[in-house]
Amino acid sequence: MRPFAYLRPADAPSAVTASAERPNTMYLAGGTNLVDLMRLGVVSPEVLVDVSRLSADAVEEGPDGTLTIGAGVRNSDLAADPLVRRRHPMLAQSVLAGASGQIRNMATVGGNLLQRTRCSYFQDVTKPCNKRLPGTGCPAREGDHRNLAILGHSESCVATHPSDMAVALTALGAIVHVRGADGPRTVPMPGLHRLPGDEPERDTVLDPGDLITAVEVPPLPFAARSRYRKVRDRASFAFAVVSVAVALDVADGVVRDCRIALGGVAHVPWRAETAEAALRGSAATEAGFADAVDAELAAARPLPDNAFKVPLARNVLVRTLIDLAEAS
Amino acid sequence: MSTTTTPPTTLPAREATPYVGSALDRVEGLEKVTGQARYAFEYSPDDLAYAVPVQATVARGKIRTVDVDAAVKLPGVIAAIWHGNAPRLAPPENAELAVLQSREVAYRGQYVAVVVAETLENAREAARLLRVDYQVEEHDVELRADHPEMYRPERVNPAYPADTEQGEPDAALAEAQVVVDEIYSTPAEHNNPMEPHATVAVWDGDGLTLYDSTQGASSVRDTVAPLFGLPPGNVRVVSPHVGGGFGSKGMPLSPVVLAALAAKHAGRPVKLAVTRQQMFAVTGYRTPTIQRVRLGADTEGRLSVIVHDAFEQSSRIREFAEQTATPTRMMYAAPNRRTTHRLVRLDVPTPSWMRAPGETPGMFALESALDELAVACGVDPVELRVRNEPDADPESGLPFSSRNLVACLREGARRFGWAERDPAPGIRRRDGLLVGTGVAASTYPVYRVPSRATARAEWDGTFSVRIAATDIGTGARTVLTQIAADTLRASPERISVEIGDSALPDASVAGGSMGTASWGTAVVRACEALTEELDRRGGEVPEEGLEVSADTAREVGAKRRFAQHAFGAQFAEVGVDPDTGETRVLRLLGVFAAGRIVNPKTARSQFIGGMTMGLSMALFEESVMDREFGDYLNHDFAQYHIAACADVRDVEAVWIEEDDPHLNPMGAKGIGEIGIVGTAAAVANAVYHATGVRVRDLPIRLDRLVR
Ligand SMILES: Cc1cc2nc3c(=O)[nH]c(=O)nc-3n(C[C@H](O)[C@H](O)[C@H](O)COP(=O)(O)OP(=O)(O)OC[C@H]3O[C@@H](n4cnc5c(N)ncnc54)[C@H](O)[C@@H]3O)c2cc1C
Ligand code: SF4
Repeated sequence: MRPFAYLRPADAPSAVTASAERPNTMYLAGGTNLVDLMRLGVVSPEVLVDVSRLSADAVEEGPDGTLTIGAGVRNSDLAADPLVRRRHPMLAQSVLAGASGQIRNMATVGGNLLQRTRCSYFQDVTKPCNKRLPGTGCPAREGDHRNLAILGHSESCVATHPSDMAVALTALGAIVHVRGADGPRTVPMPGLHRLPGDEPERDTVLDPGDLITAVEVPPLPFAARSRYRKVRDRASFAFAVVSVAVALDVADGVVRDCRIALGGVAHVPWRAETAEAALRGSAATEAGFADAVDAELAAARPLPDNAFKVPLARNVLVRTLIDLAEAS
Repeated sequence: MSTTTTPPTTLPAREATPYVGSALDRVEGLEKVTGQARYAFEYSPDDLAYAVPVQATVARGKIRTVDVDAAVKLPGVIAAIWHGNAPRLAPPENAELAVLQSREVAYRGQYVAVVVAETLENAREAARLLRVDYQVEEHDVELRADHPEMYRPERVNPAYPADTEQGEPDAALAEAQVVVDEIYSTPAEHNNPMEPHATVAVWDGDGLTLYDSTQGASSVRDTVAPLFGLPPGNVRVVSPHVGGGFGSKGMPLSPVVLAALAAKHAGRPVKLAVTRQQMFAVTGYRTPTIQRVRLGADTEGRLSVIVHDAFEQSSRIREFAEQTATPTRMMYAAPNRRTTHRLVRLDVPTPSWMRAPGETPGMFALESALDELAVACGVDPVELRVRNEPDADPESGLPFSSRNLVACLREGARRFGWAERDPAPGIRRRDGLLVGTGVAASTYPVYRVPSRATARAEWDGTFSVRIAATDIGTGARTVLTQIAADTLRASPERISVEIGDSALPDASVAGGSMGTASWGTAVVRACEALTEELDRRGGEVPEEGLEVSADTAREVGAKRRFAQHAFGAQFAEVGVDPDTGETRVLRLLGVFAAGRIVNPKTARSQFIGGMTMGLSMALFEESVMDREFGDYLNHDFAQYHIAACADVRDVEAVWIEEDDPHLNPMGAKGIGEIGIVGTAAAVANAVYHATGVRVRDLPIRLDRLVR
């Protein structure tokens, strides 16, 4: 047996302190990813600090319409929240498109953001992997990479971030509240997750011991018309091959504003800033959408077995833009 | 109020109700839903220890050293066993079973050591700490049709000739007005029954008891006993309830031997559970196939020639040659025909039986090619199959004892609304999806092998029937109860059928869709003999009961005068997202002709279960070989996709009752496997109709359709 200590602090500051005082500590939330990785031997923490029952488990509305989502809110509760469903349908849809009902009942917002890649090599400790064991190599590049990155990858890692929820939050420009050894701070999305570069072992900009306490979603009225479309290999219970989160504001046939993020294509939930810039102020036509999307995907550098993701991302993004424009 | 009743010494009046054909509920249903039914892993004899295997991390090589120091120092570790200290086994016929007997590694994931400890957790940790050092050799794990080491196996599973030829296929192809010549491929697929393999092994001197999750208690006994130099009578295999097998528990494989070996070495009862991940290496799988199919026909679609060449793989240590092209030998009329099987031995895990081995991949290719021929000739695919219906078995010339493929096609077409179908591909849209329909035929041979059974009348008016059959969740126990009830003319409540124990009369494995036919024949014969004996005694049962037994070796061994196969037709409707290529099966209908259906409830489960597995094969299932490391990479359920509930929308199965007196006393053909045969082709043909894109390589993943 590999023993580990289990702590259940009463509040966020004591969780951070507990983690800072001991080496090789990890936060445990729903455990739906962490416990699997422990079983596989991918991670072997000596101390688990259970943060799933800290008080931060509600969605609260601020005076300006900002929604603050506690890090411990279960994925199911987030998806069912009436404010979320009305204001940010793509966020509710993204959560519901992920995992299974049972897993969503356990999984938390904090854990969902920090779940690890599903790259097969990362999960198999008998094989090398730069993300798991820096410097050992990246077998995915020559091996199985059908569902790995087409954008922003590096020589050392071509993994994707698997979260659906994070794609919608990235489109919405969410702000992550973090408490670290030096007290609280905020990290914007995009900006929480990082590209692999030559440090693929680091998924995010967070430091060890940093605790996510909440996620703030700023008001974005036009996001009431938004959509999350997930393309997957089976009808449910599969990670995204490609996904898109889109909010579109069209008036008189012209795009006034939009928010676009892509999932399943990069080490981060990919905010499509190039496409957004091209679309703002342009005609809301299929040709215009296609041009903007092509501009975004011009940066794609697919590998041999995932080249299909480029036309796939293009098709699904253009289709989602058309559908949203038609609905307005 | 309580009364004492004296048990009758003569039996109550015989009942005339036929139970065969009725939808009797599963006789062990209550036991199962209340958790009373015990599965192998749930047996916990006193003094139990846990075994956790260590798997090879190279695909080919030799073990140089095994360092057990760290492992055995852990608290609670009883033994660390490897080829250097393992008990010696007698050399088996199947080299897979020679576990821990040599330093050779034949594939990545092969068992190279096992740790026994007081707890599962300690055994796992010790297994992790055990260090194996290898002398690595270069491996070759890639199936290619042009592999220089391709050879013709002596026989293909179970005992068919590898190649057959009739007429002059090459000349006929050269002369044919219409030719289809295409290559199809199917990937490796892994059997994943709900209950993974598990064994509890208990030694008592020279006696060995195995609580094992198996499809055949008698065959495990007969395989394991000689390995340990024991007469079969010293080994008892107990498996009253089994949570599925799909063929992976049909042949005894390395886990059960490893459990027995570990228990022997440790001197303790040992429990060994195969993990889901290990199942992708040690418990068999469906070989990947590459198949070239050539059809020659006239412009009306009448076949003059069929050529089907199959290429497959096996491991270095065991030849398992699948019978991929055998259905092509009997499906359609054509004067000229050739079928061939070629095999290459690679550094891969050993393939084995997976639900309808051979027929399943083979009929994907043949039935896809037929659809291509229908398109090429402009003939409706149902009509095309009807036109090529043979009068007798094209291979043997024997008459079919019954063959209702045409009736299945017609009935299916009627129910499915096939008549309105416009054959033009890629032109129908519904709810934003491209929709299309497809059809394919199903078939499965009728097998039957000898079994024994005893039937016993008790003094209290009850009966017991004993046979070492297995119920892997199919309803075998229920069906045998019905068969016994009709023969004994007694109600099922008065009959207890005891199965799942090698101490019972020998029976064949639950495989080859032959359980009902094989065991049922033995049960009928035993019950008939008992009835006769009772009649002779004027219905009187002696106080100690009355028992008779039957052995069907002679009856089953008799030469067949008929070709015997079950048939079916499957119709699929699919919707394909034109932007993403995501394919969903909207409707699936199967019509089967499989003799007499003994229990419509359990039969329907088998048919729709097989079809669902076929749907899963069509769209999802694929074990991805990692060329660099030589293992199947996607070895868990998050990565190896099996159809989820949301993928299985509308699956229906119906049947045409056949009255075939030449089969067996029940008049039944097998139903366990035919449901998966042809489904993938029906789906692929529907995808072609929906999109105009012909997918010849399974699974029909979205990247094969996205443009
Ligand atoms: C079979 C399967 C299918 C799935 N399919 C999908 C899918 O389709 N789409 C999808 O998006 N997801 C999917 N998931 C992943 C699932 O969404 C995540 O496992 C889940 O969201 C993680 O949340 P958790 O609370 O259980 O995190 P945990 O497993 O408890 O933790 C995950 C990580 O986050 C860290 N952590 C947790 N909370 C905090 C915090 N507050 N501050 C700092 N660090 C923290 C932990 O230390 C750990 O490293 C699937 C999972 C499984 C097992
Ligand atoms: S892609 Fe990243 S996670 Fe996957 S093997 Fe390479 S380094 Fe590891």
